[in-house]
Amino acid sequence: MKKFAAVACAVATLAAAPLVATHANTLKWGANRDIGSLDPYSYGDSFTINVLNHVYEGLVRYDRDLKIEPALATSWEVMADGVTWRFKLRQGVKFHNGNPFTADDVVASLIRVSHETSPLKGNLPAYASSKVVDDHTVDIVLNGTYPLLLNDLTNIHIFDKEWLVANNAELPTDIGKKVEGYATYNANGTGPFKVESRQPDAKTVFVVNPDWWDTPQHNLTRIELNPITSAATRVAALLSGEINFTNEAPVQDLPRLAASPSVKVLERTDLRTIMLGFNRRAELVDGGKNPLNDLRVRTAMYQAINMDQIQKRVMRGKSRNAGALVAPEIPGYAPELDERLPFDADKAKALLAEAGYPEGFEFVFNCMQGGYVNEEEICQAIAAMWSRVGLKPKLDIAPRAVQTPKRTGGKTDVYTIGWATLPMLDAYSPLIQILHTKEGTAGVFNWGDWSYPELDKLVQAAGKELDTPKRLALETQALKIAKDEIILLPLHQQPMAWAVGNDVKEMPQFPDNKPRLWYTKM
Amino acid sequence: MLAFLVKRTANAALVMLTVAFMAFMIFRFVGDPVEMMLNEQATQAERAELRERLGLNDGFAMQFVRFVTNALQGDFGISYRNQQDVMKLIGERFPATFELVIVATILSLVVGIPLGVITAIHRDSWLSDTLQMTSIVGVSLPSFVVGIVLILIFSITLGVLPAFGRGDVVQLGWWSTGVLTPSGRAALVLPAISLSLFQITLVMRLVRAEMLEVLRTDFIKFARARGLPARLVNFRHALRNCLMPVITMTGMQIGNLIAFALITETVFQWPGMGMLFIQAVTFVDIPVMAAYLVLVSFIFVAINTVVDITYAVVDPRLREDAAR
Repeated sequence: MKKFAAVACAVATLAAAPLVATHANTLKWGANRDIGSLDPYSYGDSFTINVLNHVYEGLVRYDRDLKIEPALATSWEVMADGVTWRFKLRQGVKFHNGNPFTADDVVASLIRVSHETSPLKGNLPAYASSKVVDDHTVDIVLNGTYPLLLNDLTNIHIFDKEWLVANNAELPTDIGKKVEGYATYNANGTGPFKVESRQPDAKTVFVVNPDWWDTPQHNLTRIELNPITSAATRVAALLSGEINFTNEAPVQDLPRLAASPSVKVLERTDLRTIMLGFNRRAELVDGGKNPLNDLRVRTAMYQAINMDQIQKRVMRGKSRNAGALVAPEIPGYAPELDERLPFDADKAKALLAEAGYPEGFEFVFNCMQGGYVNEEEICQAIAAMWSRVGLKPKLDIAPRAVQTPKRTGGKTDVYTIGWATLPMLDAYSPLIQILHTKEGTAGVFNWGDWSYPELDKLVQAAGKELDTPKRLALETQALKIAKDEIILLPLHQQPMAWAVGNDVKEMPQFPDNKPRLWYTKM
Repeated sequence: MLAFLVKRTANAALVMLTVAFMAFMIFRFVGDPVEMMLNEQATQAERAELRERLGLNDGFAMQFVRFVTNALQGDFGISYRNQQDVMKLIGERFPATFELVIVATILSLVVGIPLGVITAIHRDSWLSDTLQMTSIVGVSLPSFVVGIVLILIFSITLGVLPAFGRGDVVQLGWWSTGVLTPSGRAALVLPAISLSLFQITLVMRLVRAEMLEVLRTDFIKFARARGLPARLVNFRHALRNCLMPVITMTGMQIGNLIAFALITETVFQWPGMGMLFIQAVTFVDIPVMAAYLVLVSFIFVAINTVVDITYAVVDPRLREDAAR
């Protein structure tokens, strides 16, 4: 089936070829920031991993519809013990330096990414060990039954073992030791593009890999990644044709870009759901009794927010109001959970009075500057709506790096939190990371310190369930508890905007906001 | 003289130490680098472990002493974000900033001095008034606005100059230069103009003020009386006598320009030290921030110290005042 699709695509490419074959197809990409390094295991940064995915590949990858499909592995099965996964590897794949791809490379890469000094260790939480069965078969042993290994493996890029050994880069770069690593400046993957040159903060050039194992669905010959931090300059460069793609078109400039005959704007909503979290300790930050533990108070705060108005005024109609904690594209989403509680200021006032706070109460509302799309404006609007029903929110707005320690340290009462379920793309991600009780490796983002044992049980069961429909049913059940208890107050899915020059014919826009340029046609 | 030298150097060292200390104080408020380094799935234990390895759990005094000891040996550590040696990283970026600053300085002299002379000679003409007015605008416009306006005109409307980047560079040993390639020279024009605009007006106003002084002196009157051509009087006799303060000021402004280049570099995505610093702030890359602040203050302190010492050599009165 896949082969057929590939052939069909190749035919389509051939048919279109005469139009474009005359000159080299260079995609000049203006991003809002640079990648950190050429080493995908260097920094827990999804943009760097996303860009380097054009050079390095994983055992599996996402297709156009964000479904998992074979990449460097062709097939896999879970062995009888339930914790060993056997992967059959693709034959005839070559790294950019000509070395053949074998099982040794997979094991060396897994050891490197799961080493204790690797910042990406958390991306492979279930990994225990791996071993070579034969040249093209690998066993990966997990520390327990775990259904989401494939999702995790989409982001684990495979290195060439021989190359790592030759350049003394078998272990990830350890900044604590103050020694640089070879893989920071050099790259050698199996992917559709090769690194030609890199000047940090200026330009990184990728050229097409003619020996790629897969049939290309793109017709690019060259990608130039230009980081342009200033939004105004990025827009200018797009209008003047110096770049013909950006994955960060500033929201305020969209009408202007759309009006230009040489630019096309691509818009849609992101997977990222923006939510509010609550402090659920016994006391508020200022030391008083915590009213946020009362469901009636949380319901009042929910119903005091007029999301339609925010959608229209603040988000200019470009966001999607959400009742569920995950976007519709995410496995585990259920439409019946996506109903919002209606906006009703009188009901909110009544609920507050019923809970014993007719005069409202004071609390800290923590928001980030330049965090999520229009976050400051959203927070100001919500604070105003809460004041209207008698609450007294104290807005605390500062950059992300300043706010994060306050959030993790429990120094805030209400805070914004956005979750796109990346890199897993499954409802299990917010369930285990945010909603689960903070214990062991679970609940790292449970900043409000709540605990719902019933929900925890469902999440843990889902984390061991290998049958997908059953697992998703468990996740939906857990999400229902979170909704009924208003553990998190969902607001909306935020908009995202890309822009391309007229010479770019086809640029599939992915809801996880990651460009996959091996699907791009010029 | 020796006592004076020792005193000046000790002063400079003290300033440097204070700057380092203040920079370190600030780092306590910029946020937590570990939160930016690990991804969403990292556990609390992994975060704590990384913090320990980076030495972020040690006390403030301990961290500061370790930083100063390492910095004295020229070791600023490894960038958290780029995973490269910080000195090497700054060394890579320094040529970009330096070329920009030098071109902006030359531009400010080449344009500023003639304008200053013209406004001084034709004191009350409409030309001089217009130039004076324009120079006020030049002083008061923030440089990012100037940058954006230049991009709007020359990149979008006319499409003649690039809006961002440094073009192609040529590597001369460790020094990378953009002035040897056509695209590099084109890329240099807009950032240099936007950086030099403030400087041009400064030079122009300084030259004008000095010229007005000198033109009033006797030897100019005598030169005129001798029947020397006006061009010769103005440019050879008068201008030469006002260049001393201009040169001093230009030299001292170089430190300023390096520091202010930060804004210009951000607007034009110029891959210099300022850009590096801005990136470092966003990602709480403490080693890079620390090294940049120390380096820039070193440039300031060094220039000022050299100027002070030169003055002392020239003017003995200053020397005696300081030694007393």
